Amino acid sequence: MAVKKIRILIAKPGLDGHDRGAKYVARALKDAGYEVIYTGIRQTPEAIVKTAIQEDVDFIGLSLLSGAHKELFPRVVELLKDNGAEDITVMGGGIIPGEDIPFLKDKGIQAVFTPGTPIQAVIDFIESRP
Amino acid sequence: MAEYKKIEQRKKLWEANVLGKVLARFPETRQSFATGSALPLERVYFPEPCDEDHYLENLGFPGEYPFTRGVQPTMYRGRLWTMRQYAGFGTAEESNQRYKFLLEQGQTGLSIAFDLPTQIGYDSDDPLAEGEVGKVGVAIDTLKDMEILFAGIPLDKVSTSMTINAPAAILLAMYIALADKQGVPRDKLQGTIQNDILKEYIARGTYIFPPAPSMRLIHNIFAYCSTEVPNWNTISISGYHIREAGSTAVQEVAFTLADGIEYVRSAIQVGLKVDEFAGRLSFFFNAHNDLFEEVAKFRAARRIWARVMKEKFQARKPASQMLRFHTQTGGSTLTAQQPDNNVVRVTLQALAAVLGGTQSLHTNSREEALALPAEDSVRIALRTQQVIAYESGVTGTVDPLAGSYFVEALTDRVEAEVWAYLDKIEELGGMVRAIEKGYVQKEIQDAAYRTQRQIEAGEQVVVGVNRFTVSEPPPQNLLRVDPALREVQVKKLAEVRKNRNAGRLGETLAALKEGARSPEANLMPLILDCVRAYASLGEICGLLRSEFGEHRETVIL
Repeated sequence: MAVKKIRILIAKPGLDGHDRGAKYVARALKDAGYEVIYTGIRQTPEAIVKTAIQEDVDFIGLSLLSGAHKELFPRVVELLKDNGAEDITVMGGGIIPGEDIPFLKDKGIQAVFTPGTPIQAVIDFIESRP
Repeated sequence: MAEYKKIEQRKKLWEANVLGKVLARFPETRQSFATGSALPLERVYFPEPCDEDHYLENLGFPGEYPFTRGVQPTMYRGRLWTMRQYAGFGTAEESNQRYKFLLEQGQTGLSIAFDLPTQIGYDSDDPLAEGEVGKVGVAIDTLKDMEILFAGIPLDKVSTSMTINAPAAILLAMYIALADKQGVPRDKLQGTIQNDILKEYIARGTYIFPPAPSMRLIHNIFAYCSTEVPNWNTISISGYHIREAGSTAVQEVAFTLADGIEYVRSAIQVGLKVDEFAGRLSFFFNAHNDLFEEVAKFRAARRIWARVMKEKFQARKPASQMLRFHTQTGGSTLTAQQPDNNVVRVTLQALAAVLGGTQSLHTNSREEALALPAEDSVRIALRTQQVIAYESGVTGTVDPLAGSYFVEALTDRVEAEVWAYLDKIEELGGMVRAIEKGYVQKEIQDAAYRTQRQIEAGEQVVVGVNRFTVSEPPPQNLLRVDPALREVQVKKLAEVRKNRNAGRLGETLAALKEGARSPEANLMPLILDCVRAYASLGEICGLLRSEFGEHRETVIL
């Protein structure tokens, strides 16, 4: 029986154009054997959730370096709930001060990866999900 | 010549008799050595027979073509570089305080960071500005904010660099309007707008309009400033962000100069005369850790640009051939781990910029991998420049690394590799085509991916990240931008909207709309009228969006 490949959406909410990290993670996850879709920069939370549902993904990885993560990451989780897609796991990365991480986790962002995280940590997290 | 032959012979003997034995007993730590950008390195460099034969052609004198040794005859003996820390956050009031602090600490020029809504042409009350107002820079909606930003700072006493691209014409218009209000003559205005849209498509992402109308705005600025604001740098052609996106040093220079070539060529095509605008073109580069490669990069960039301007575009004035540049130390080299180590990295990078002959310099602060910097960190960053300037002794002679067998060989190597890229881009039909095809983005992404793979594999050492790590408590006292700030800014904007003359505003916007539809019109004076009538940045950009359309990214993975 063929096992369905895990599908991941890497997305950049907000207005910042720093996509080096997002593109690296997208490509490294692809090389690790996952199906990866990358949205490009400057996506609204609405557009990200729409793509995630259309593409039937299992994970969304949000990347943001401008400091708007406390507003925009929770918004994505909220919209997923509104659309009955709360089974999609949301992770985040970028310039995220450590003290914001408990807040983000409380808002439903299941994992936060800060600068210097090896890609294996992301893979381990993905594989740890049921 | 006889001496070179002797050196060749002796070198063979040395390799056989001395080196061979040493290598047999003590092998080197690596099979091969390379620069940070993977240019191969020799074990030892020797004089090359052709060096002296081509000295005048390749190196010459400082302040003279091809400017390899620097753009001024005396360089830092005459005047130090401008110490210019990029800063801005929150409201215009807060940023104004930071600028005054920096000027009091001995900084010699201002560099304005705008928030992302400003950079992308949205007002603070736009729904798309959610979460972003005042975060990575100061929020500017109308001329009113600009008046607050420069309160108590006479515009004829400072030079001001503004990191603004797609809406550059609007912010420059606000600055001119403010100067008029302060009673400062326009020819006394000194500073720079970044105004480099091509690298926004490639690497930085704050584009608004498609390439054609974006290039028109740039030409309008070139033409307007050549007569109205003659000492203003009309563009800062930027490799900084290309490097931050992960390019090599060679790619940084190649793609930046290719952008420059596109601006010059297209400006000439619309009828501008090269020597009337080229002297106001400036550049902006990154400085990474590989000291000698960086120095070679700056020297090679000057030489190539001089040749391009003289030979390709027949520029006659020396100022048109001269590559003047600002440098910022490499943000992407900073680590979130053990952030104090970043002070050392920044020192090396700043030294490279100075040894490479920079005209102005921003040094990053230690916690910038985590947050905007606090005042004490900004002070250390500025002090780093001051120690190099006043204590290190490297300013006492012009182009101090010239004549190093290694640095000259590396300068030549960088130059050769850059020319190969420039040729390739010409083959593709120029930089706009190369960007549209995604070629440039792909080259950078591949380099970024290789680097990160090497770091993850431990082949490239990053101190404190993949070697010499410690467990450390999370950093304290990071600067936070108050989220309530957006409300303050929105209120201020509403106040301006209420108090301005609606009739005058309507007229100026209607004139701009008409201008946008007439390809021959210069939009600068029309935009100036709009900002004087307190039109907001979002209103002006909104109007131009509906006339010009919006750029869509070519997503490449």
